Amino acid sequence: MKHCLVVDESRVIRKVVSGLLEDMKFYAEEAAESRSALDACRTQMPDLVLVNLANAGGIELVRALRRTDGAKQPVIIGTVTEHDVGNIVEAIRAGADEYVQKPFGRECLTQAFAHSGLM
Amino acid sequence: MNADDFACLADLLQRRAGFHLAPSKAQLAKSRLAPVARRYGFRKTDQLMAELRDPPEEFVNAVVDAMMINESSFFRDRACFDYFRGVILPSLLSARAGTKRLRIWCAAASTGQEPYSIAILLDEAKIAKDWRIEIVATDISSAAIARAAEGRYSHYEVQRGLPAQTLVRHFAQDDDHWRISERIRRMVRFRRFNLLDSFGWLGEADVIFCRNAFLYFAPLAKRACLQGLSDTLASDGYLVLGASETMEGASTAFVPDDADARGIYRKSRHAVRPVALAS
Repeated sequence: MKHCLVVDESRVIRKVVSGLLEDMKFYAEEAAESRSALDACRTQMPDLVLVNLANAGGIELVRALRRTDGAKQPVIIGTVTEHDVGNIVEAIRAGADEYVQKPFGRECLTQAFAHSGLM
Repeated sequence: MNADDFACLADLLQRRAGFHLAPSKAQLAKSRLAPVARRYGFRKTDQLMAELRDPPEEFVNAVVDAMMINESSFFRDRACFDYFRGVILPSLLSARAGTKRLRIWCAAASTGQEPYSIAILLDEAKIAKDWRIEIVATDISSAAIARAAEGRYSHYEVQRGLPAQTLVRHFAQDDDHWRISERIRRMVRFRRFNLLDSFGWLGEADVIFCRNAFLYFAPLAKRACLQGLSDTLASDGYLVLGASETMEGASTAFVPDDADARGIYRKSRHAVRPVALAS
């Protein structure tokens, strides 16, 4: 079973997204901000990190993960709303694989997974 | 379709896709939405319509996609581009190794996503610099061609079909829009052209894309157009129609390239121009 970390300030969003990923047969973990997200990744690096790019530290988390030494690099997918698409270019250049726009569903995630080689 | 449902759908399409749905298209709309209704487990399309008052995002996307079936998107029907990359391009690069020239014609280019997708694909294929590959893109709509030549797309338009890496590599942000890079834009020549007009100006093409253009053509028009395409296509060239399109007996000039490659045709040995009978 693939392991995913959902990083978002909003508890509601974390719950909804975790639920969606569990339906898609992931084991989902949550983190409210980038520091605890990085700690979780150091404990065990997930297969996928879904990170809200508009939250403080979101893009910095992408950079930090790509700087991490070690065998395994996660697929990183940034989440954006229609008002903050400006983060996309910076996030991709920082090393994110893909982005999805909120509100996103299963279909959207599946396409993002396909583009980033997750499945 | 009742008037309220239609109004709701029309409003949705206008807001989400800038698309004007004429009342005369209500029946067409209903048939386009039937597969969407089935996919989401509704027994009747009317039930899907009722959901459009306050729809989940996934419904909205599915409805817009089904209704905008003639609208263009980047790398639409990915299998077609995979076939172009994996079969058509190597075949023609080999066949034209002497002249090192290729001409690709997008005959129903709409707002340009298809020719730009081909250009991106060619750019990433890193073909040798001494090749001259021309992409000519035409459409009946001058408004569509103008938009295509501008190469500026909304975020909604670039969202579908474009991997993020491809987006960032070949587009620059322009407010809440995205502009195709000059490098890619330069690879395509745009011109307004009606497929029912005379084809003489084009010369010969090695690949012709004519995807989903025949949907509204009467049988005679389709036959005439296919004759024109046959006259324009090189003898070893490829014609690419939409994946679900067939010749439907409209032309003996083409044969399928491969049983599994839907929509891809070559010229048959019997591709002869009909001779006008003397009266």
